[in-house]
Amino acid sequence: MNSLKKMLGVVWFLLGPAIIYLLVHSAIANIDLNGKSDINKPIPWLIIILVFTPIAIGLMIFGYYALKGEYDKLPEE
Amino acid sequence: MKQNELIPQSNIWKVISASSVGTLIEWYDFFIFGSLSTIIASKFFPSANPTAALLSTLATFAAGFIVRPFGALVFGRLGDLIGRKYTFLLTLVLMGGSTFLIGCVPSYATIGAWAPFLVLILRLLQGLALGGEYGGAATYVAEHAPANRRGFYTSWIQTTATLGLLLSLVVILSIRRLVGVEEFTKGDGWRYPFLLSILLVGVSIVIRLKMHESPLFAKLKSEGKVSKNPLKESFGNKANFKMVLLALFGITMGQGVIWYTGQFYAQSFILTKCNVEYEQANTIILISLVLATPFFIIFGSLSDKIGRKNIMLVGMLLGVLFYRPLFDKIYTTCAPAHKTEVVAERQFSEKRALVKGSTTDSLITYDTTKVYSDGSHYKITKKVTIMGVVGVTAPPAEIKKEMIISTTDYWTLVFLVGTMLLFVTMVYGPVAAFLVELFPTKIRYTSMSLPYHIGNGIFGGLVPFVATLITTVKGTDHLSGLWYPIGVAALSLVIGVLYVSNKTTTED
Repeated sequence: MNSLKKMLGVVWFLLGPAIIYLLVHSAIANIDLNGKSDINKPIPWLIIILVFTPIAIGLMIFGYYALKGEYDKLPEE
Repeated sequence: MKQNELIPQSNIWKVISASSVGTLIEWYDFFIFGSLSTIIASKFFPSANPTAALLSTLATFAAGFIVRPFGALVFGRLGDLIGRKYTFLLTLVLMGGSTFLIGCVPSYATIGAWAPFLVLILRLLQGLALGGEYGGAATYVAEHAPANRRGFYTSWIQTTATLGLLLSLVVILSIRRLVGVEEFTKGDGWRYPFLLSILLVGVSIVIRLKMHESPLFAKLKSEGKVSKNPLKESFGNKANFKMVLLALFGITMGQGVIWYTGQFYAQSFILTKCNVEYEQANTIILISLVLATPFFIIFGSLSDKIGRKNIMLVGMLLGVLFYRPLFDKIYTTCAPAHKTEVVAERQFSEKRALVKGSTTDSLITYDTTKVYSDGSHYKITKKVTIMGVVGVTAPPAEIKKEMIISTTDYWTLVFLVGTMLLFVTMVYGPVAAFLVELFPTKIRYTSMSLPYHIGNGIFGGLVPFVATLITTVKGTDHLSGLWYPIGVAALSLVIGVLYVSNKTTTED
């Protein structure tokens, strides 16, 4: 189980930048100043990218910790 | 020292009621803005004005996504420094005051751009207060509860989000009936639910003022062991920070999307995708909420016996597996294409009138009502503007669809929404106890508030936005938006299964 946790740590680590890439890519594709929907407005995208960047970094740190075996044994167990 | 040595059992119910009533009112305050967002937009954020439209977008997105987690940090820190009681008293005053004032702000037509600006500020204050309230209430109750019954006692706090929505729906529907739809939507009737808040908050403040500080925090304080810098100790200390990340990605992220989809997306789906009549749609949600609410307590209590993780992850798994079939069943139950029309009973009318304020442009209203063999009625209203001046482009036709479903379909929808809410109670009932037990007393308020509000405010709050985003992709259908909550819940489920232990108890 612990080796699976470590291996998946790589996935979580890579998922962080992938999320940011996906968000920026979607923002570029959908922002349209003539559009009326929220997904066409720049402000929601700006806010979402702004709040998701630290979350994505958090996911990378989580992945790094998992890779290093920090979650192999939790303090409560 | 254990809590059950500190607290007489008779007092725990006073603690629970004082905390729950306040939290319920805070949720009520936060939800009435969301439920009345269409009316508020027409009063304060006219889409023709770009500044107002921008402020409207900020009110929608910033309140949930930025201010709620920020509130969690600000008030979490305060709660770990000065105590739980005064902090969640402060959030209650802030929430109640902001809500009352939203009901007092003159409309855009009266004071111009000040109106959307003031409403934006007040909405942000609401978000800030909500960010601070929940962690305080959950911590306060948990620190009074015996360790082996934390799941049961904190689950009362967990009912408040649902009961807050229920209360907001009851108040809105009652006032709408009392003053009439016209006065409610076009006059000042919509203001009453906001103004009522001051009474509710007043009562709650009086109750909370009589309560004492949490015994565990009071003990820490008397021993001089209160954290000097809760933010640093929560997020700068590796041992604690890794638990914050685990709580977020392994539980609250998935719990947030399951909660939002079952409780709010279902309501919006029934109203906008199925076009079910307003009162029918809302009473379906209302009855389902009433039926589901006891299960928060049942699953909270069960988590004391079989562990928090198992119940929450099963709730996520059920959401992952059944959200699409359940939403599909809701859609097909209401869809006219799946019903047999009684053609002889079809009614059609056409009405012509001048456009309000114009002497040349006409407005033609076509009303078609279809009756189906099961007793459902489907009303389609199409409004077409014919311009009197040649060469001037007419605005696009307005089409409004409204389905009044049969009694059988109505109860089918209650069952389907109730089933989804059951998943919500599984993921949400034990989560407060889970979060409280993950962190030590001295930084508990700060540490648990942030993952909770990121999970619910950001991951949960993004459901409608991402659902719309997904439907822009070619080949998608009315159910494609569900891939977001399903995907996030599935990810959280995998992380939860692998990394979260089934019962984590932090004795202080």
